[in-house]
Amino acid sequence: MAVDASEGVSRRERRFAAFSVLVAAVMIGVFAQGRGGSSATFVLNDARGGLFTLPNLVVAVVPAVLVMAAVVLAIAVLQFTRGFGARAVPVVGGVAGLFAVSLLIWAGAEQTVSLISLFRSTLFAAIPITLGALAGVLSERAGVINIAIEAQLLAGAFAAAVMSSILGGPWWGLVGGILAGVLISGMLSGLSIRYQADQIVTGVVLIVFATGVTSFFTTQVLARNNALNSPDRFGSYAVPFLSDVPIIGPVLFNQTLLGYVAVGAVVVLQFALFRTRWGLRLRSVGEHPKASDTVGIAVLGTRYKAVLLGGVLAGVGGAWFTLDSASQFSREMTSGRGFIALAAMLVGRYSPAGAFGAALLFGFSDALATILQRLPVPIPSQLLRAAPFVVTIAVVAGLIGRLRVPAAGGQPYLKQ
Amino acid sequence: MKLELRGITKRFPGVVANDRIDLVIEPGKVHGLLGENGAGKSTLMNILYGLYGADEGQILIDDQPVELRDPGDAIAAGIGMVHQHFMLVPVFTVAENILLGAEPLDRFRRFDRNEARRLVTELIERYDLPLDPDALVEDLPVGLQQRVEILKALYRDAKLLILDEPTAVLTPQQADGLFASIRGFTEQGRSVVFISHKLREHRAIADSVSILRRGKNVGTLDPRTTDEQEMANLMVGRPVSLVIDRPQPTVGEVVLDVRGLTVTDPTGVRVVDGLDLQVRRGEILAIAGVEGNGQTPLVRALTGLQGITSGSVSVEGRDVTELTRKEILRGGVGHIPEDRGAEGLVADFTVAENLVLNLWDAVPFAKGRSIQFAEVQAHAERVVEAYDVRTPGTTTPAGSLSGGNQQKLVVAREIDREIDLLVASQPTRGVDVGSIEYIHEQLVVKRDAGTAVLIVSSELDEVLALGDRVAVMFRGKLVGPFPSPVSKEAVGLMMAGVDPAEALQRGDT
Repeated sequence: MAVDASEGVSRRERRFAAFSVLVAAVMIGVFAQGRGGSSATFVLNDARGGLFTLPNLVVAVVPAVLVMAAVVLAIAVLQFTRGFGARAVPVVGGVAGLFAVSLLIWAGAEQTVSLISLFRSTLFAAIPITLGALAGVLSERAGVINIAIEAQLLAGAFAAAVMSSILGGPWWGLVGGILAGVLISGMLSGLSIRYQADQIVTGVVLIVFATGVTSFFTTQVLARNNALNSPDRFGSYAVPFLSDVPIIGPVLFNQTLLGYVAVGAVVVLQFALFRTRWGLRLRSVGEHPKASDTVGIAVLGTRYKAVLLGGVLAGVGGAWFTLDSASQFSREMTSGRGFIALAAMLVGRYSPAGAFGAALLFGFSDALATILQRLPVPIPSQLLRAAPFVVTIAVVAGLIGRLRVPAAGGQPYLKQ
Repeated sequence: MKLELRGITKRFPGVVANDRIDLVIEPGKVHGLLGENGAGKSTLMNILYGLYGADEGQILIDDQPVELRDPGDAIAAGIGMVHQHFMLVPVFTVAENILLGAEPLDRFRRFDRNEARRLVTELIERYDLPLDPDALVEDLPVGLQQRVEILKALYRDAKLLILDEPTAVLTPQQADGLFASIRGFTEQGRSVVFISHKLREHRAIADSVSILRRGKNVGTLDPRTTDEQEMANLMVGRPVSLVIDRPQPTVGEVVLDVRGLTVTDPTGVRVVDGLDLQVRRGEILAIAGVEGNGQTPLVRALTGLQGITSGSVSVEGRDVTELTRKEILRGGVGHIPEDRGAEGLVADFTVAENLVLNLWDAVPFAKGRSIQFAEVQAHAERVVEAYDVRTPGTTTPAGSLSGGNQQKLVVAREIDREIDLLVASQPTRGVDVGSIEYIHEQLVVKRDAGTAVLIVSSELDEVLALGDRVAVMFRGKLVGPFPSPVSKEAVGLMMAGVDPAEALQRGDT
């Protein structure tokens, strides 16, 4: 939108500017006061050691925070006077980023914080969110609203734990997770495509169903037979040579299998959705099914396949909880990750790469909260644990912008 | 390709949409299908395109019987269709839309964008239908979207092209362009089925016309030798009057007084630019113009749907620019909006509910906070009867009526009360001949009852037939008004921006 110079900057930008001023005030008023230490130490090396070692990064707390506060204030002034136009949202993102960095520096005073483990935790926490969001992207791009990602993750986590325990091996667990994700997808697609049920209601019902069934079996069966809930898990796998590259190596190339799967799925789907015939047809079905039908594309078949493939991905995401994250299944252990995945899909504007970016943001807030809990910071840990959800609300409400949803989303297709 | 339909019958619950229809479409010819809304034209074409299955009858292509079970079969048989509601994905590019379902792939089985662009560019050049292959369809005006739809059929090498109401969304100039393209197709030996309920268009383009009425083919004739009156009578099933019987107006005092009205759009363009106009009691002022010259913002400003930048609008001496829409309507203004689907009706509401949309909270339809359903019902029954709205009942959803009857419903609601001013925008768009006749009569009746009537229409014939005074809107300014009669040529020239003095002179000779 063109901003008329005579009318000043838009109301939206003035709101962003007010946000920047608030951020700067906290930085100066709280973080710049320091916490009794003069410098924070950040470790840039993997605990394993390796071919290369980097020196630790030592930051003087007060000057660093003040410099960043000054930058934020300068941005605020520009936001008030001139506006950033099309770059307004990225600029706000930058302000939020500076806030996070100065928070970390403030909290790390007289402490040692490993940036590598922060980044690794970020990526690790982003895995189920990414896979869940990809399931949503696939399904909704084909015109089926999938709010049951939470159900797919939970069912996947449960089945992975049980299968891995019984059949003895994380691979069996992965198969179980996939089957459970596909099962939920099957119910979603059957009800919404075949029987044209309301997709939001169907999604809610499936979440309640998955929560109820897994909780029941956990308390009634798993609690008494611990052998059914002690899954073999995946370990992390370091890619030779690449994992020794400083910073990037330990963060990207020393993950568990599911991490590689998630990143790989993002790359493949981003390409497949926007560059292949398959993707073109899938998107056409979600935008204008009748047009697709009149050129001979099987609308219902395409939708079934998209939702079921989404179930595979969400099932893998569910398996992360019991094969990667925790050592056993516990009731409602997904604790809303499916909804954060839904938010990541929206913030990422229904694109795999965008959803991955959003998932990393949520993963980062998760990882930051975890690290802050370990540091002697005067913030209640309950508040820190709520961080990912607070970030979700803030991002979805504030930065989502004008979102273009697939036009036929939620509408069953009826052939005359 | 020669196409023959023999005894095609299609029944829907309660109606026979197509009743033993026989039709022969010769190669290289344009065959017109004429009929009122609901006569079965679209049903027949959907059968031909494989979207519906026929209950009885046979389809023959080049004298061989064929079975068309789905659009894929029809496409394979060489049938292409340009749907009335375009089958285009708005967020895809022109090239993607044209090639969807028949995409070129590269060595890696990717969608080959370069090849796609090349194929579409070649197609655009071959048929001389200029378009940007990389433009998003949603950014194109409807005329160009239709072009995409046509190219889509041509890419699949359609030997028979079905055009379902193609001119409904076009301005007269765009329609002429379309006709030129159609002639090009027939020269290449393609056949065209042209569906329209406008008689004039069939005379302009069709080699033969079949007239459908209530699902039956009531006659196939040559439109060039048959006069319009005869075609209209056949289509409606009774003698209809194509000329409006309009007695001399008895003009009273000024009701609508617009001075220096300026409306700017969000980008700052003056879409209505310092416009003055007056409409008096008992007269019809009709405004012609190619769409997009500010008619829509003018009407929206007059009815309070859009804010104005400067100037004044007064009705019966009262400034209405600061009033709410409801205050304007209750103050004695009726508004027939240009798009009945978007603004005239609530499709899911019943006929009765739609008839009180403008008075739902007023006595006698409401008492305090409760709606008086008996009153609403009785009102609906009276209005439906009085205004000849053909509906199964007053509790039928308005959206299930035919276009003509939906429009009659809107007209009835707006004029069935005491009003000082009626603003009618495109009052007969997408409406069949029988309903047009009726709506026009009603507008004249309202005029004679002493209402000031302002009509905005892109149908030149309508403007000339109804206007006691005729004006033209061009680039946000008003040319005229001129007292009726004004020649069609003169108004046409003014619509194209020719100076009025010159236009009147040239139009007379």
